[in-house]
Amino acid sequence: MKTSSIKKTSFIKSKVVALLCGVLFGTGLLVSGLADPAKVIGFLDVSRISNGTWDPSLMVVMTGALAVYMSLFYLVVKPNIRAGRAPVCDTQYHFPEKKTLDTHLILGAGLFGLGWGIVGICPGPAIVNIATLDMSLGLFVVAMMFGLYLGKLIKSTQPDMVKAG
Amino acid sequence: MEFSSFAAALGGGVLIGLSAILLMIFNGRIAGISGILSSAIFADKKLTDKGSSEKASGLAWQWFFIAGLVLTGVIYALVYEQLGLPAYEFDMVSEPMLLIGGLLVGLGCSLGRGCTSGHGICGIGRLSLRSIVATCVFIAVAACTAVFIH
Repeated sequence: MKTSSIKKTSFIKSKVVALLCGVLFGTGLLVSGLADPAKVIGFLDVSRISNGTWDPSLMVVMTGALAVYMSLFYLVVKPNIRAGRAPVCDTQYHFPEKKTLDTHLILGAGLFGLGWGIVGICPGPAIVNIATLDMSLGLFVVAMMFGLYLGKLIKSTQPDMVKAG
Repeated sequence: MEFSSFAAALGGGVLIGLSAILLMIFNGRIAGISGILSSAIFADKKLTDKGSSEKASGLAWQWFFIAGLVLTGVIYALVYEQLGLPAYEFDMVSEPMLLIGGLLVGLGCSLGRGCTSGHGICGIGRLSLRSIVATCVFIAVAACTAVFIH
C-alpha cells in the first residue's frame, strides 16, 4: 500500500473516531446529569449544604471521568509518547504549547466561572442541548459563540506577557 | 444524594472519561469542547495546521465530534418522554443574564484556553499545572457566583 493511501484511510478513521467519541461524550453528559443546568447549579450553590439540599453529583462525575482518563493516560498514552509511537489514526499527539501560568489563563478561568455560575451551562452541555430547540438555550449559545470569537480576537491582538515555556 | 443519582453521575463520568481518552489514544487530540467548537467554526489554523492533508480530505475532525454531541441530543429529545426522563429547563435566569452568562462562558473559555472538559478532565488527567490552576479558579468562582445568584 502506498503511504498516501495509508494516510488517507487513517484520516477517514480519525473522523469516525471523532464522531463516536462525540456520541460517547454526549451520552456521558446526559447520563451524568451534567447536561441539566438545574443539577449543575444544585452542585455549584454550596450554600445548600446548610439545609441538606446540596447535590454533590458533579464531583462524582469528575471523579469517574478523571479515574478513567488519568489511568489510561499514564498506562497507554504516556508510554506510547516515551517510545516515540504515534496515536492510532494520526502522525503525532497534539498538546497545548503553553506550559506556564499567565494572566489570560487566570482571567479566562475567572470569567468562565462567573458565566457558569450564573447559568449552569458549560460548552459541552450547550451543544448537546441544541436539539431541544429551546429559545433560552439558543440565546446562551449565540452569546457563547460571540464570546469565543471575541476571545480569539483578544488573544491575537494582545498576546499574553508570559511566553510559552 | 440517592443511590441511582450517584450511580448515574459515576457512570456518566466514566463515559465522559472514556470518550476523552479514546480521542487521545486514537487521534492524539484533547477533548476540549470549547477548543473544538472554536477550531471548527472559526477555522483556528493553529490547531489544524499539523494535518495539512486533513484540509484536503474535507471537513475538519472537530465537526464530526460536534455532530456526535448533537446527534446524542437529538436522540435524547426523541426518546426522553417515552423513557420517563426529564426535560431540562434553561430559563432559571432572565434573558439578559443568559446573554451575559453565554458571553462570559465563551470569552472565558477562549482566553483561558479550555473549559470543564479540556482543563477539568483532559488537563488535570495529565497533571497539567495550567489546567489544575484553571479548574480550581473556575470552580471556586462559579460556586461563589451560584451562591450569590441562586
